Amino acid sequence: MSVDAATVRRIAHLARIAVTDEEVPHLQGELNAMLAFVEQLAEVNVDGVEPMTSVTPMDMKKRVDVVTDGEIADDVVRNAPETQDHFFLVPKVVE
Amino acid sequence: MTDLTSLTLAEAREGLANKSFTSLELTDAHLGAIEAARVLNAFVLETPDQARAMARAIDAKIAKGEGGPLAGIPLGIKDLFATKDVRTTACSKILGNFVPPYESTVTSQLWRDGAVMLGKLNNDEFAMGSSNETSCFGPVVNPWRREGSNTTLVPGGSSGGSASAVAAQLCMGATATDTGGSIRQPAAFTATVGVKPTYGRCSRWGTVAFASSLDQAGPIARTVRDAAILMRSMAGHDPKDTTSVNCEVPDYEAAIGKSVKGMKIGIPKEYRLDGMPPEIEKLWSEGAAWLKASGAELVEVSLPHTKYALPAYYIVAPAEASSNLARYDGVRYGLRVPGRSIGEMYENTRAEGFGDEVRRRVMIGTYVLSAGYYDAYYLRAQKVRTLIKKDFEDCFAKGVSAILTPATPSAAFGIGEKGADPVEMYLNDIFTVTVNMAGLPGIAVPAGRDAQGLPLGLQLIGRPFDEETLFSLGEIVEQAAGRFTPPRWW
Repeated sequence: MSVDAATVRRIAHLARIAVTDEEVPHLQGELNAMLAFVEQLAEVNVDGVEPMTSVTPMDMKKRVDVVTDGEIADDVVRNAPETQDHFFLVPKVVE
Repeated sequence: MTDLTSLTLAEAREGLANKSFTSLELTDAHLGAIEAARVLNAFVLETPDQARAMARAIDAKIAKGEGGPLAGIPLGIKDLFATKDVRTTACSKILGNFVPPYESTVTSQLWRDGAVMLGKLNNDEFAMGSSNETSCFGPVVNPWRREGSNTTLVPGGSSGGSASAVAAQLCMGATATDTGGSIRQPAAFTATVGVKPTYGRCSRWGTVAFASSLDQAGPIARTVRDAAILMRSMAGHDPKDTTSVNCEVPDYEAAIGKSVKGMKIGIPKEYRLDGMPPEIEKLWSEGAAWLKASGAELVEVSLPHTKYALPAYYIVAPAEASSNLARYDGVRYGLRVPGRSIGEMYENTRAEGFGDEVRRRVMIGTYVLSAGYYDAYYLRAQKVRTLIKKDFEDCFAKGVSAILTPATPSAAFGIGEKGADPVEMYLNDIFTVTVNMAGLPGIAVPAGRDAQGLPLGLQLIGRPFDEETLFSLGEIVEQAAGRFTPPRWW
């Protein structure tokens, strides 16, 4: 399988990464090189094989559903590019 | 006084305990070495004030007969580990000036045991790379050079800063992380010892995530013993990481010197690649002969799905990365590049903040997880992963205790020499990536030098949670091969 220019743009949009028209051919080449490399997996017989979900066999750990942390709003927002009164600021989403 | 930076961690521990020198003296010696070695670009942030404060505090404890297993030992920390109030960037522009208000579990255990932090070490951006050339702080230089040549070589990656700093004696040991070979490949390129523990052995909490089902923290050190000492402090159950395994952490150092008589060591025939350089082949047989001379029994084993590990990895790892890196959106931390809408802000931020390799992997990961392609790529890769793990299980079921392989298909290469073709770079991890796919422990130990004088390493792969056997066997290789120190040119 290989990707065309329109697919490259679609993937970039899904990944929320802006790409310029000039970058598309280059990216297309790189993605197709990677896809060609992984193509060999098609020759493996995987009939009846369970997909791996956990590499170390273990039961999912659970904890009591209680608050374990909090009251650290200053810390939470301290690295944000824009904040106001402990809120993260983003460009206007609702007109 | 001898040059304190040339001591091993174990020797320094002894010197501190019998008060031959203080942690402050040891720390100052290393801070001086770091300053003199800036050309290597191993550190992306030096923290001398904090280092001296930590050293003074631990000296006071040592004086009172307190301390801990790493009391007074100066270490370097890969910039993938969150360090409280100390900038942590994963060497990506997108994290910018991120200063974590928390400490990673692994590093907190090092400080609990008395270690001193010298600073943060360079790595490939988000640990994606095999040469440390994708860092936003620029490439790291390997302290090793080809004989009679001034060409600057890569230290391997992604833990290139860790490997370079340890090899150049800028720190007594370093933390590192390994998703496809990022501890063992740079260790092999710099004649250092690198351990990738069993998945779940070290907590991932507070370590910048790349591919969560593969990432594992481990040490890089100058000797097998030093690596064992560091491992004991780094490992252990952490309730904050659901994949951290609750099983006892043994005294790894005690495994060193243990007899390996009668132990079965597997030599996997699928690792004998076409066109493998004869010196790698020779190193591998030498390693086998050393283990045999120590009483181990060598058996040929088969891991039939070996060749599919790397392609499966390049589906699983980017898929997980695309999901993990979705958090970098310019809202909660790091870089923000404005846009007319919130969507455009996300897209501009991520275009500007991610380097080429990261962008490539996020995009491929997005593609293989997208509707219509999930089954053909991601699901198939996860099934292949099950088969890769089964290969190892079958092998261990036949009584094999560990598997011996080369660590890398070549010695270190020049900065800028590879990379035009991403797949060529990926082939660096061909011997190491199987271990991550199967969740097993692996160790890379320096074992010799190539015709140009560059270090080469051997890898030992162990059964789950049996790192001890790797330390026992690794030390036999180390004893036979001797230690290698780069001549100082910087």
